[in-house]
Amino acid sequence: MGNSYAIESQEMSTSIILQLILSGVTIGSIYAMVALGFNIIYNSTSIINFAQGEFVMLGGMFMVSLVGPLNLPMWVAFPIAVLAVTLIGMAFERLCIHPLKMPSVLSLIIITIAGSILLKGGAMFAWGKETFSLPHFSTEKPILLLEATILPQTVWILGIIGMVVLLLALFFRFTIVGKAMRACAANRPAASLVGINVKRIVLLSFALSAAIGAIAGIIITPISLMDYERGAILGLKGFGAAVLGGLGNPMGAVVAGFLIGIVESLCAGLISSHYKDAVGLVVLLMVLFIKPSGLFGSAQVSKLKKF
Amino acid sequence: MLTIRNLEAYYGAIQALKGVSLHILPEEIVCLIGANGAGKSTLLRAISGLVLLVKGEISLDGVSLVGRSPEEIVALGISQAAEGRQIFAPLTVLENLELGAYQRFHKEGRRQITQEIERIFELFPVLQERRAQPAGTLSGGEQQMLVISRALMSKPKLLLLDEPSMGLAPIVAKEIFQFIRDLRESGTTILLVEQNAKMALSLADRGYVLETGKIILEGETAELLQNREVKRAYLGKGRKGFLEE
Repeated sequence: MGNSYAIESQEMSTSIILQLILSGVTIGSIYAMVALGFNIIYNSTSIINFAQGEFVMLGGMFMVSLVGPLNLPMWVAFPIAVLAVTLIGMAFERLCIHPLKMPSVLSLIIITIAGSILLKGGAMFAWGKETFSLPHFSTEKPILLLEATILPQTVWILGIIGMVVLLLALFFRFTIVGKAMRACAANRPAASLVGINVKRIVLLSFALSAAIGAIAGIIITPISLMDYERGAILGLKGFGAAVLGGLGNPMGAVVAGFLIGIVESLCAGLISSHYKDAVGLVVLLMVLFIKPSGLFGSAQVSKLKKF
Repeated sequence: MLTIRNLEAYYGAIQALKGVSLHILPEEIVCLIGANGAGKSTLLRAISGLVLLVKGEISLDGVSLVGRSPEEIVALGISQAAEGRQIFAPLTVLENLELGAYQRFHKEGRRQITQEIERIFELFPVLQERRAQPAGTLSGGEQQMLVISRALMSKPKLLLLDEPSMGLAPIVAKEIFQFIRDLRESGTTILLVEQNAKMALSLADRGYVLETGKIILEGETAELLQNREVKRAYLGKGRKGFLEE
């Protein structure tokens, strides 16, 4: 009797671990999206945009308003919410970053912190301090996978993120504008000498990052809810993933995002959820002590970086 | 074609150019020689719109360039192969060349650009071999070929070459210069900046000598090669003769 009980509990624990890993993958994919946003702006401007998390929050909030009070169908509300946040991202660049002549990287970063406070305050003004929810994209009935269950929304999240990453990769690899963005990241003076309008590329990178952030915010809200303050912590985790993966390295960001998500989720399930937020940052600090260029960054590249 | 009058350029409080005047005629190769820090690269950067504080006049076929952005200047027909082999290192050789034609993509479409890249590959077969490689993996000479080719991809009226032989083995530098000579046959107008005065003067039609931000000498290259001052300061010979006098 005792023996069979032991086997059962062992099975229980593998299924629990599988379950934890799955939920880690879900949240990790959101971190990955935020980290991608950081990287796109970092690559074209070498600044860290601390308003990145607010784009995520705004995406969720706009979606809540469009689906709730305005009662639009999901598939109509989705692109409108993304577009709205994209425009906010572009306005942010035009009003706060663009007008500065020869700014230092540090002052730009501080401007993005100010921007994030402003956006957060604006969101509180517009939506109040309540926590909002969204209906799941399809049924809420869990799907059984091996010994764990996953929500259909998780499948949506992974599918949409897979699509975004794929489209980004194709964009950077095959379009001339994508190549121009990579050229700006590689060598800015040379990019302007071949006739690339670098300021327009910077604007585009803010638009793209805002759009990606908004998508992340929209797809995560049905599972993890959204309020005006949620952006900061998502931004911080995403920043952690970006640094962990090696700043400027999009593939590294995606892998690191999943890693932080999974470690966090395992910690929450097996140790205590109180330490959940700390664990991701401890992992980050440990990697930075041992390999400051990030898991996938090269030491040579990181020497050239301003941050 | 290009006319520069009384050009002054500043980096903060430092005046790098102190009233430079020069001109370039169509299909001419003009070289600009001078020591390190004489202001040669600053002059090219000013033409390309990369120096913010500029006084004086720069015009291309009567159109003023002062105050224009680098991309506008490329659109007007000036392309620069900048000093120090400014490639896009992580991008492939092919992508580097495509980006050289960045502004033409909207107007002319991909097919035209691809044809031209094929032409470049005929000139530099080694670039074709390495077309799919990241440009950062090329040798110094190959990178220099790539930078010049990329600058040509915008079909410039005027090509600015900044120190094309810098850091290259003499034999490779000779190859690059042979290529520049070939460009002249195709009617490209070139402003060449070089520290290797001997090579530059043997290639160009006319030359200017720049010293601490001022033009101190100008003329046909044949004359400059015979000039005692040029011989002493830039060709590294004639000192014996100088002492004997």
